[in-house]
Amino acid sequence: MPDTTIFHARSILTMNPARPRASHVAVRDGRILGVGDLQELRGWGDFALDQRFADKILMPGFVEGHAHAMEGTLWRNVYCGYFDRVDPRGRLWGGVKTRDALLARLAEAERRLDDPQAPLAGFQFDPIYLKSPGLSRHDLDAVSADRPIGILHASGHIMNFNSRALELAGMLRRGIEHPGVELGADGLPIGVLKSPEVYMSVAPHAGMHGSITDTDERGLRDFARLCVRSGTTTVTDLAAGLDDAAVEMMHRVTAADDFPICLVPLKFFMGHTPEALVASAAALRERSTERLSLGRIKVIADGSIQGFSARLRWPGYFNGAPNGLWYVAPEQLAEIYRRALQAGVAVHTHTNGDQATDLALDTFQAALAAHPAADHRFTLQHCQLADAAQFRRIKALGLCVNLFANHHYYWGDEHYRLTVGPERAERMNACRTALDSGVPMAIHSDAPVTPLGPLFTAWCAVNRLTNSGRIQGEAERISVAEALRAITLGAAYTLHLDGEVGSIEVGKRADFAVLEEDPTQVEATALKDVPVWGTVQGGRIFAAAEQ
Amino acid sequence: MIPVTVIGGYLGAGKTTLVNHLLRHADGRRLAVLVNEFGALPIDEDLIEARGDELIAIAGGCVCCSFGDNLVGALMKLSALQPPPEQIVIEASGVAIPGAIAASVSLLAGFRLNGIVVLADAETIRGSAGDKYLGDTILRQLRDADLLLLSKADLVADSELRKVTDWLESGVSEAQIIATQHGEIAVDILLGTPASGRPPSRTEHADAAFESVVIDADKPLDAHSLAAELAAGAYGIVRAKGFVEDLSGERLLIQVVGRRAQVSPAQAGASPALVCIGLRGQIRQAALRALIETAVRND
Repeated sequence: MPDTTIFHARSILTMNPARPRASHVAVRDGRILGVGDLQELRGWGDFALDQRFADKILMPGFVEGHAHAMEGTLWRNVYCGYFDRVDPRGRLWGGVKTRDALLARLAEAERRLDDPQAPLAGFQFDPIYLKSPGLSRHDLDAVSADRPIGILHASGHIMNFNSRALELAGMLRRGIEHPGVELGADGLPIGVLKSPEVYMSVAPHAGMHGSITDTDERGLRDFARLCVRSGTTTVTDLAAGLDDAAVEMMHRVTAADDFPICLVPLKFFMGHTPEALVASAAALRERSTERLSLGRIKVIADGSIQGFSARLRWPGYFNGAPNGLWYVAPEQLAEIYRRALQAGVAVHTHTNGDQATDLALDTFQAALAAHPAADHRFTLQHCQLADAAQFRRIKALGLCVNLFANHHYYWGDEHYRLTVGPERAERMNACRTALDSGVPMAIHSDAPVTPLGPLFTAWCAVNRLTNSGRIQGEAERISVAEALRAITLGAAYTLHLDGEVGSIEVGKRADFAVLEEDPTQVEATALKDVPVWGTVQGGRIFAAAEQ
Repeated sequence: MIPVTVIGGYLGAGKTTLVNHLLRHADGRRLAVLVNEFGALPIDEDLIEARGDELIAIAGGCVCCSFGDNLVGALMKLSALQPPPEQIVIEASGVAIPGAIAASVSLLAGFRLNGIVVLADAETIRGSAGDKYLGDTILRQLRDADLLLLSKADLVADSELRKVTDWLESGVSEAQIIATQHGEIAVDILLGTPASGRPPSRTEHADAAFESVVIDADKPLDAHSLAAELAAGAYGIVRAKGFVEDLSGERLLIQVVGRRAQVSPAQAGASPALVCIGLRGQIRQAALRALIETAVRND
């Protein structure tokens, strides 16, 4: 059997401007041997012609530059979200639109549990959309008063519990005074615990043992299934602990012949000195493999806008909430930047608020002056509130951005009404300004915060439609072609992987998203509805239906 | 209930120096120190006995570990140690809001907040409080303090120290303010007297800046109002601890750290008396005795 396979497709969108369209792609040893028509490719010698994609569209495998592999661990729990969502096995879970529907779904899951003591956990609950009073422990007690129950909210910052879970954790008592714990008339917690510090001691009793950042072996495999369903072949795990055991696990899982993605975990900065952090990331880089790309750092500068913990410049929050929180001290950030520039380790910095972006820019500018580095590709992640002047600075400093386009749809109305007000809501995630400023740009889902789905993310950046159907920030919309570039080469560039993936051209890895329709031929408003057949990763074929 | 002391303040305020001072003068207390970063550990080399993956053993039975982004997890691990630590000291990160850490501690069964100690660099604090990025964070730290240690007081002139103190007292912080040098402060002030051994009694402090007095409290009195009054600050007390008999007949433990007062059930057999620690020459003993009389008459 020849070692070359030529795939015939209805059309191939290569993202290579020199040869933007083709009908055939030749693959050898997991890499792209050539792209063109069959006649051109014959010159490479013997081949097997594979017609399975003859009615499909091939694109470069999508690159998700900001996601968290721990999403895979969440699906062991009951889906409680408002929006429809597909699980790793391909089952479509309808959104829970009412409180009764939520309780009914939990009750159904409860009936399937044999062990009467076993905990019951749910995730992705979003009470903003349920037009009914908040959920209390008494509501969940109606599902079961005997087994502990816990439900993680979509934001990741709040959990609901029943009385049994609170009792097991020693929290069903009077005298608790904490801004994150709402008390009932009886002086006992009503069962809504806000912020991870508050719920972390209760969550394990309700069966949520996982770290809020790290995935486990089974979670990583499930996460990879979600990648196949969305056409994603390269994906970041944007804040990973990466201790020896975790890296060993990732090596083992990603090395399996049937593992369908290249995973790019970034070392999380917290708990390490800048010196140890950079040394560790530099050492990890040497342990990279074909499907595990290591050696980058993730820093978090501030919190989230919808959680009012992002750091905003004047005039601050629209509803008057106090300014948010810093998660890194400027001196610490400066030392991380300096050491990382010296070691050639890229740092991705989460900056949601515009003041956090300012801090990152000021700090990086000084570090770069001290340690000039060409092609560093340090990236600002989210960078949601940056204005035009900040994008000009970003360009001048050679930084990249990865903007959170999905926010328009999921929280756009809240940003307009509550968090930052109309004007800043319209400039949030300013893709047009970023591209016009010449800033290298990616767009992302931050899965599990919003669902992994690069085509959906592209749709968000192209249409800027909020959940209520308003176009928010028409002037910041980008074209379909620009959005498709952002989810392929754009994201690959932020990871220094644009030489390996992100376009279909000779020498690159044979990573394809296999689509049922041509995203450039559908209405821009239908971009998110283009069906994904599956992927090809390193020449290996993965059908979504078989995941 | 393991007492937990939170140490906050911006980078360079002297948190690490203070932690080392506490470990060096732990005086038999088995302390566990939780720090934000583990790598280049901020513990003086000569204090370290052994290094493990998660814990560092320190002379005198103390341990140190890092909590990274999971404080609750670290506290739960510490409470599972055999024997559990006698006291826990959390060194908060330079940008952490100490009140938020303290609130989290209060949620965990088995722990009791001992107090929030915030350090401020006497030379730089007013400047950093005006920083465009950090000013509001630093002001929140100062506001959360029960005890505010003005560090590096030896590096500024007395007049400047006075200005800084005035500024702090002008509404920036309600905390009791103590000027310190080289992180030196009587360990009893921050942590209280050791649980093992020493009964409340007259204690001599290594640091001559402090003195303690013992006030008799052998009649039943209103413990809660006494504790609140002690913490309100008019008696020159930085810390107080003592056993009293409440009007209800119950034996109670009163603990005061700066502006924080706590009243909890006491073990049987504890002899009634109140130990008050304050800056030398500043404890108003007559007023204290009058206060006790008032509390006694509150029935």
